[in-house]
Parts: sequence; structure tokens; C-alpha cells
Amino acid sequence: MSNQFFTLRVNGADHEIADSWLGESLLDVLRDRAGLMGSKGACTQGECGSCSVMVDDSLVCSCLVMAATAVDQEIVTIEGVAPIGAPSDVQQAFVDAGAVQCGFCTPGLIMAVHDLLDRTSEPTDTEIREELAGNVCRCTGYGRIIEAVQQVAVQRGGAK
Amino acid sequence: MTVSVPHSLDDAVRLLGEHPDAMLLAGGTDAMVEINDGHRRPNAMVIALNRVPDLRSWRHDPVSGTVTIGAGVTYTELMQEPLAELLPALAEASRTVGSPQIRNAGTLGGNLGTCSPAGDGLPVLSALDAEIRIVSSSGERTISVHDLMVGVKQTSLLPGELIAEIDLKVRAGWQGYAKVGVRNAMVIAVASACLAVDSEQRRVSIALGSVGPTVLRCADAEQQLSNAVDWTSGAVSPDAIREFGTLVSAASTPITDHRSTAEYRSHAVGVLGARLARRAFATSEGAAG
Ligand SMILES: Cc1cc2nc3c(=O)[nH]c(=O)nc-3n(C[C@H](O)[C@H](O)[C@H](O)COP(=O)(O)OP(=O)(O)OC[C@H]3O[C@@H](n4cnc5c(N)ncnc54)[C@H](O)[C@@H]3O)c2cc1C
Ligand code: FES
Ligand code: FES
Repeated sequence: MSNQFFTLRVNGADHEIADSWLGESLLDVLRDRAGLMGSKGACTQGECGSCSVMVDDSLVCSCLVMAATAVDQEIVTIEGVAPIGAPSDVQQAFVDAGAVQCGFCTPGLIMAVHDLLDRTSEPTDTEIREELAGNVCRCTGYGRIIEAVQQVAVQRGGAK
Repeated sequence: MTVSVPHSLDDAVRLLGEHPDAMLLAGGTDAMVEINDGHRRPNAMVIALNRVPDLRSWRHDPVSGTVTIGAGVTYTELMQEPLAELLPALAEASRTVGSPQIRNAGTLGGNLGTCSPAGDGLPVLSALDAEIRIVSSSGERTISVHDLMVGVKQTSLLPGELIAEIDLKVRAGWQGYAKVGVRNAMVIAVASACLAVDSEQRRVSIALGSVGPTVLRCADAEQQLSNAVDWTSGAVSPDAIREFGTLVSAASTPITDHRSTAEYRSHAVGVLGARLARRAFATSEGAAG
């Protein structure tokens, strides 16, 4: 198995990736080789969504992206959503609504909620549940997550 | 570098010609699960198809009434207008696939490449008699989807070949897809069916998923319902729909596995067939029978 060298563009910065194995997932490369530990890995099967990132404006499971195929694409991870200390509206709403317990699912959910609200500005509760079906949370029971999404929808609507 | 990211179909086909044992990778939603699990190790070249514009686009020819879908078109794209209006059953099936993350990455070509009996796109391609354009460095051939899907996770693709496009006829008449699973979202089908009406040819077709080694068409059921429909009013008797459901069940050859039992699957697929038929046609409650 040959070593892999390539460059990934993550959160606007180039990352030289060395010694990746052929077939290694974007999730593992982000965490183990680029030092970006925000994206979480639980199932590595596309089931839990804790590894969700944006690749060229599309929400995907980074565990199902072969890292070396993501060259020349714009990758945005949870670290690229907002600067430390200045949370995005979605991040703040998760805190305010109590939508974070252990926090393991949170980075993936924040990515998915930003994507959802960019596409649907006033989602119904059913739409939120359907759109977040790929993000598993074992702690909250989802009620407060849905509240957080609705809070942001209202805030953004009011800001218009 | 053993992962190639070609930017044209010609380049992809040429690379595949030079490395017939290369692994093709589209959305990765099947292939990466196997790699992460260690069930599959890419040991030769990997050819990524997700940056090939010819594979990622589709076109509609209104003169021939054909929609041609690149193998790399995703479920998210299949759900959008105007494609969803041209091929409503394919859009409906796409909406049932996985989650947004899976639908953003997963492609119709990958569904065919995997050829799982539970692939949600496949009953639609079967019911609509899709034609599959296959290319290799030595040429191309077009075959019926029924000749591509030969068994459980088995296609008739030869080494060095890739699926380029899927041709589907736009049909006048209702079409839809229905699926039974253990919950509403993120679920692999326990049984599924696509019913498509061709109101010009006065024919009904139905294809079943997850109830055989590969997708099944039901010739007897199709014949029975096509004959039972009053094509002028678009109505059919409730008895004829019940009989249709029974014939659909009879055509299934399911197995028992960790997801369900054979008995449940053949029952469920008959219920799905009858339900789709009721959505397709007005039931003539007062009609004879
Ligand atoms: C969490 C999760 C949920 C899922 N839910 C569903 C579901 O509800 N319904 C469903 O049907 N599927 C589901 N799947 C399976 C998968 O998403 C689909 O089968 C999808 O269509 C695969 O497409 P892909 O582009 O990701 O294929 P890949 O994984 O890239 O490839 C799959 C196979 O096809 C081959 N291949 C890809 N493109 C071509 C081509 N152009 N020519 C020849 N061979 C090719 C590859 O070599 C590989 O063997 C799910 C998967 C996951 C991880
Ligand atoms: S780790 Fe990627 S979906 Fe679970
Ligand atoms: S907060 Fe613990 S998994 Fe969601």
C-alpha cells in the first residue's frame, strides 16, 4: 500500500497531507493528520452524522469521503463555522436551548443545521426531523435541538 | 499517487483502460463503508468519478421523450425540479434514500454498481425499462437494465467498463414508489415497489425490490391490471386491485434474513402493489365485482 501525499483545502487554508493510506477517509485525515478534531467519528458507516462536513457546499459524511479524492474542493469543518469565542447563531441557539448534553453529536448537528437553514428558512418541525435524520443524538431526545433550530429561524426572519 | 481524479469521461475511460482492475468510486456511500470496515481494500488504482462533468449532468430530449441521466447524478439532484416532474417515481424513490448527507453523495450509477436487491433506485429503473450506456476504452454498448442486474450485488459489467448514462423514457401516466422499512427515515427497504402507468400504450408495469436476488418484474400482475383498467375513465374495480396485490405477492421470491422474514416480505410487497395501484387509478366502488 503506497503512501499518499496531497493537499486539502480546509476552512480556507491549505493542509499538506503526508503518509495517508490509500482509501483513508476524510474524517481520519482531518482528525489524525490535519489536527482538526472537531469532526467526530462514531460509526464510520454514514449512519450517525457526527462527522458531517461541507465539501463544495454540500453536506456529507466525512467518513464516507475518500480523502485523496477531495483535492481542489472547498472543505468546511466545524472549526470553520465561526471563530472561537464568537459562536454562530446556530451554535449560540444550541447553548441557549440546552440542546447540548455530552456534545458528541453537536459538531455534526451544527453543520447539518446551518445547511438546513441555508436551504429552508422556515422549516416545520417535521421538516427539521426529516432533514436531521442522518444525525444521531443519544442524549437530548431531539426536542431541544428542534427548539434551537426554530429559535434561529425566528431570529433570522426577524432580522430581515 | 494511486487515487486519480479525472475531469473528463475520456480521461476516466482511458485510465480505466490502462488499469482494468482499478476501483471506481462515485459518492462512496457503499464503497467507503466497505473500506472503513476492512471488507474491501483498494490495492490498485482508485478512479474517482465525482468530478467528471459528463457523469454529473442530465439532459432531456423532448423530441424522443428521453431523459438521459449521468451515472454520477445524486439523489438530491434527482429530487429537484424539473427532473422530479419528468421522472416522479425516481424522485420519490430518491427521497426515501438514507439522510441528506447520503443523498448529497450517493449516485444512481453507484446504486447500479452495487446492485443490492434493496437499492431504491433500481425498481424504478426496471419499471421504466431503463437503458444503460456502458463505456470502456475499446468502445461502448447499451443494454437493458434487466441485463445489467444479474444477481445479488452482481452486475454484468466487465473489467474495464463503467456505467456512463441511464436512458429513461418520459411516460404519460401516473408513477410512484413505495417502500416498507422498520422506521420512516434512514432505512434500507424490507420490501419495495415501483408502479408506472403508460397511458398511451395502456400498460402498467411494476418492479419489486428486496424480495428476490435482484429487482423483479411481475408479468402476470402487469397483464392482469392492464386488462382490468377501464382506460377511458381511468378506473379499476377494488377486486381487480386485490387480485393484483395477490399476483404481486406470488411473483416475489424473498428470503428470510436479519431484516425480515420471507413471509412478511411477500405479504408486504403485495400490499405495496395494491396501494400503488389505488394511487394510480380511481377505484370504481360501484363497478361489477
Ligand atoms: C447510511 C446509509 C444509508 C443508505 N440508505 C440507502 C437507502 O435508503 N437506499 C438505497 O438504495 N441505498 C442506500 N444506501 C446505499 C448507497 O447510498 C446507495 O447504494 C448509493 O446509490 C451508492 O452510490 P455511490 O455513488 O455512493 O456509490 P459508491 O459507493 O461510490 O460505489 C458503489 C459501487 O458502484 C461502483 N460504481 C460507482 N459508480 C460506477 C459507475 N459509473 N460505473 C460502474 N460502477 C460504478 C463502485 O465501484 C462500487 O462498487 C445507504 C448507504 C448508507 C451509508
Ligand atoms: S462517523 Fe460518519 S456518519 Fe458516523
Ligand atoms: S448531546 Fe450527547 S449525543 Fe447528542
